[in-house]
Amino acid sequence: MSIAAKEAGARQESDVVLRYLRPHVKFPNMWCPGCGNGVVATSLIRAIDKLGLDRDNVVLVSGIGCSSRMPVYLDFQALHTTHGRALAFATGVKFSRPDLKVIVITGDGDSLSIGGNHLIHACRRNIDITTILINNYIYGMTGGQISPTTPPGAHATTTPYGSAEKPFEACDLAKGAGATFIARTTVYHTTQMDRLMMEAIQHKGFSLVEVISNCHTYYGRLNRLGQATALLRMFQEKASVQDKGTNMVDDRTKDMIPTGIIHRDSEKTELCDEYQKLIDSLAKGKPA
Amino acid sequence: MNKPSAVETKTRVIKKSKIDYSQGPPPVSINAAWCKACNICISLCPQNVLAADIEGKPVVAQEENCIQCGACWTHCPDFAIKSNYK
Ligand code: SF4
Ligand code: SF4
Repeated sequence: MSIAAKEAGARQESDVVLRYLRPHVKFPNMWCPGCGNGVVATSLIRAIDKLGLDRDNVVLVSGIGCSSRMPVYLDFQALHTTHGRALAFATGVKFSRPDLKVIVITGDGDSLSIGGNHLIHACRRNIDITTILINNYIYGMTGGQISPTTPPGAHATTTPYGSAEKPFEACDLAKGAGATFIARTTVYHTTQMDRLMMEAIQHKGFSLVEVISNCHTYYGRLNRLGQATALLRMFQEKASVQDKGTNMVDDRTKDMIPTGIIHRDSEKTELCDEYQKLIDSLAKGKPA
Repeated sequence: MNKPSAVETKTRVIKKSKIDYSQGPPPVSINAAWCKACNICISLCPQNVLAADIEGKPVVAQEENCIQCGACWTHCPDFAIKSNYK
């Protein structure tokens, strides 16, 4: 008897992905063969499906970039905005409809360079938004320029002799700015990614999940790292899974990628709650 | 002349699969129209179930070895593999 036959009549797990794709959009998608964005999309679908959220109450907000094409393919409420401003629009959506689950899909250039200010202020306000930051170390859509996260010495079309700049650490930046749930994972670790996304969506407050992704078309090719499979193997070797629930050992000095939950704070109050309290107290006639 | 008709020739080519699908779907199947031949599924499969065809797209070569670990379809960026997760 086959393995499948043991599960007589059972539907396949992967069918869930097809259920959440937009029916009228042309597939295959526009991403390069092997691009990590598709892996993040399937993981997000599984996380939302496992949480049992109603798809009409989930809003995906994105800016401009390769990763920001994701709401075009996934069948949720979508808001495709201007470059870097996804978090600004998302703040507006969440403020006017606090009952919706707002998820921002953004890239490293979109959120840390063009939209850097929006990111730190969303972190500071601790508004209940989940941000999925797909970090591929380079600007992919515009042709491989260096981004704020490109490691020192890495080659890009604008740095043919290697980058002399120091990169941003998105998770440390968010922690300093006041975000209350911060986690990092890679596209190789899909099971961990599912779990972190579920926790981030459930968290009340600003949550950031940084997903280290592969851009073999520019980053891999210009730095001679090979194809998508070679980059996935590199993430497998370099990632140190040290999920201890909260603050973990920093071993970036050894050129490793620490993954897991980096910071979690459930004490801090959330912006929409505070605002509602203010409204209630004013309605009673006395300011808080 | 005793030449077999076109229909008969066709039916003769179809090999009977070793696996009985009467009670469930196949353990892994590929949607070749959406696949972009990135090679991820072939290289991540721990059981060497998949093999590349002439275009680099995967074909299910050793179906009976599939343990439905989910490595291929959770890493496929193009939503092109149907399988399970155990
Ligand atoms: S489910 Fe696992 S064993 Fe089966 S084809 Fe996919 S990777 Fe190979
Ligand atoms: S991972 Fe998906 S797109 Fe890549 S070769 Fe396999 S089936 Fe095709």
